[in-house]
Amino acid sequence: MKYTILVYETPAELGARTDAARKDAYWGAYRAYTKALADAGIMVGGAGLQPPHLATTLRQHGGKRQVQDGPYAEAKEQLGGYYVIDVPDLDKALDWAARCPAASTGAVEVRPNLPM
Amino acid sequence: MSGDTANETGAIRAAELAARTSYGRLVAYLASRSRDVTSAEDALDDAFVAALEAWPRTGVPDKPEAWLLAVARRRLIDAARHASVEAGAAEPLRALVEEAEHDATMTTAFPDERLKLLFVCAHPAIDEAVRTPLMLQTVLGLDAARIASAFLVTGATMGQRLVRAKAKIRDAGIRFAIPERHELPSRLAAVLEAIYAAYGSGWEDVAGADPRRRGLAEEAIWLGRLVAGLLPDEQEGDGLLALMLHCEARRAARRDDAGRYVPLDRQDVARWSRPMINEAEERLAAASRAGQPGRFQLEAAIQSVHAHRAVTGHTDWEAIALLYEGLIRVAPTIGAVVGHAAALAEARGSATGLDALRAIPPEAMASYQPYWALRAHLLRALGQASEAREAYERAVSLSEDAAVREFLVGRSLERA
Repeated sequence: MKYTILVYETPAELGARTDAARKDAYWGAYRAYTKALADAGIMVGGAGLQPPHLATTLRQHGGKRQVQDGPYAEAKEQLGGYYVIDVPDLDKALDWAARCPAASTGAVEVRPNLPM
Repeated sequence: MSGDTANETGAIRAAELAARTSYGRLVAYLASRSRDVTSAEDALDDAFVAALEAWPRTGVPDKPEAWLLAVARRRLIDAARHASVEAGAAEPLRALVEEAEHDATMTTAFPDERLKLLFVCAHPAIDEAVRTPLMLQTVLGLDAARIASAFLVTGATMGQRLVRAKAKIRDAGIRFAIPERHELPSRLAAVLEAIYAAYGSGWEDVAGADPRRRGLAEEAIWLGRLVAGLLPDEQEGDGLLALMLHCEARRAARRDDAGRYVPLDRQDVARWSRPMINEAEERLAAASRAGQPGRFQLEAAIQSVHAHRAVTGHTDWEAIALLYEGLIRVAPTIGAVVGHAAALAEARGSATGLDALRAIPPEAMASYQPYWALRAHLLRALGQASEAREAYERAVSLSEDAAVREFLVGRSLERA
């Protein structure tokens, strides 16, 4: 089954990406995690996302386009990226999600993908 | 009675008996292959309908379970074939079809997968509030309306929650498996807690005065026996069973002949059930041989000390206080702290008990009835009449059971 791991990061974590003192640890952790997924042969895809201040949210209700600066939901933790993995069941997906660096600071959400 | 009617009655009885003894086994077996609890239940319901139709004509088959299973599997396979290509559902069902084709006449015993089903029902990805109802429905075959009344929600609401939970089991890919060794204690704790919640439902309505509060004590004990039997090496299963049996043994003593509430320390021990106490003691003794006391073993041990009053005529409150101390270490709940304070008050005086109650943070005690009942009792014993009255009022306002309210009002009027 395919699952998507949605990676929700705290502002501090997102800040670590470019902070000289912390960025090596930050990127090192994600590189190691991504490599582990690939080595296990379960990685289907994924992407890291630029921080939420670069997001643009759009609604086209009733034919009228409304464009807004910023992410869809204002929350403490923001979507920082996602992984798509292929594992036999939810428990395996949760085991992998638990190893994601954001799990110990922000949160990770695991969702089954729609079958295609 | 005509022969036809007798046949029919016999068939209905046989179907009912098969339903009671093997419903959970059949659901568990079918669902563990497909991960789809709903379609397993639907197929089995069809099989029971078919049994009621066929058995009066053909007689009850030698192996009613195998008969029901064969019909249910055929229904599942038909459903799989008819299902438009909703790929998610078709995939696991294929396994069933293949299995059935390999083994078209399943007459031998099929494996008992109920333990796996219990672990699925109490999976951390399933909302905690629906775990107990889910177990009661899938393993025991209780209908949503009956479960709903024990949990004080409407049948429609309960039905909806159950449907949602079963959809999650199927669509989120929750595995039917016994958890691995390192996870087993925490996963088992969730199963045991869900069973204990079934036992606790309707606990206050001991007399069964309100049919909506009719509890699920018998069902919970049945599930407790099932888990203890299927996981004999896990002492907490025996601990929970011992705890429930000790509590159940006192059911008849919790009301006097006039229907008034009787607190544990004033219960007539002659009304306690000896066979249940004996079984509880055996279970607890077996569990404690492993020397790994957990939450349920400690709670059962506390009830065991209370049960000894039937033999010795008095209660060893120091022993109870010590057991509560242990319980607070492994499971620090407000219930344990209040129980500890009550035991200290009995063993060393009301002032000591009142001191122990001060350890509870105000936000936790605000709506916790046993805290206010104990506090009122201790303040009254210490001669602090006006504070005691306030606490009694609070306790009365938080009691759901009329008999308990009457008891508390009566106590508040007694002299210290």
